[in-house]
Amino acid sequence: MSARAEARLWLVQRASAAVLALCVAVHLATMIVAVRGGLSAADLLGRTRGSMLWASFYGVFVIAVAIHAAIGVRNVLAEWSRLNERHSGILATIFGSCLLVLGLRAVAAVVL
Amino acid sequence: MTRLAHRKDVLWVAALVHRLSGLALAIFLPLHFLALGLAIRGEARLETFLRWSDAPLVKLAEGGLVFLLLLHMLGGLRLLVLENLDWRNGQKQLATIAAAVSAVIAFIFLARVF
Repeated sequence: MSARAEARLWLVQRASAAVLALCVAVHLATMIVAVRGGLSAADLLGRTRGSMLWASFYGVFVIAVAIHAAIGVRNVLAEWSRLNERHSGILATIFGSCLLVLGLRAVAAVVL
Repeated sequence: MTRLAHRKDVLWVAALVHRLSGLALAIFLPLHFLALGLAIRGEARLETFLRWSDAPLVKLAEGGLVFLLLLHMLGGLRLLVLENLDWRNGQKQLATIAAAVSAVIAFIFLARVF
């Protein structure tokens, strides 16, 4: 991979990290407040179903996490496994795509 | 000084922890999404899963995940600050504080969930 492409991946990973920092803070705060006395499906879905705000928030969260995790997994595979850069990139792209599909499916499940 | 002496450095440990926590979260995320996706088949399916997650061991594991998520997030924020603001002082202390804050918030989560 060219130095320019590597630099672009580095930048995208940092940009997605900045978005995720905000998303994780909101997600954790919501969880800590909501978890008291145990979670119920009715409470959880009552908060999220039909809410454009939660749909947008979790949609952005899933897209950012799929990008961030895919780049991270690529780096780990390239540095810690015997796979070369190209194969690490292919596997990481497959992983990120699966994460994106499963994540958006989960968002649809709780907001629709 | 041996070849592996750097591995005793707090910031080397912080980098390793950041990578391992990221890997653990990458393994957990698909399972988390599959669990939430149960709601597609109706509220009852999700409720059944949530009642299973009431088991003490599952709650402890959730506390561990909250700890890893915070460790990864705060460790990542430290890196963003280091790379973008040219802030070099006190990085070892910042890494230690990040771990301590993660542990405290994970305990608060556990106290509320139990």
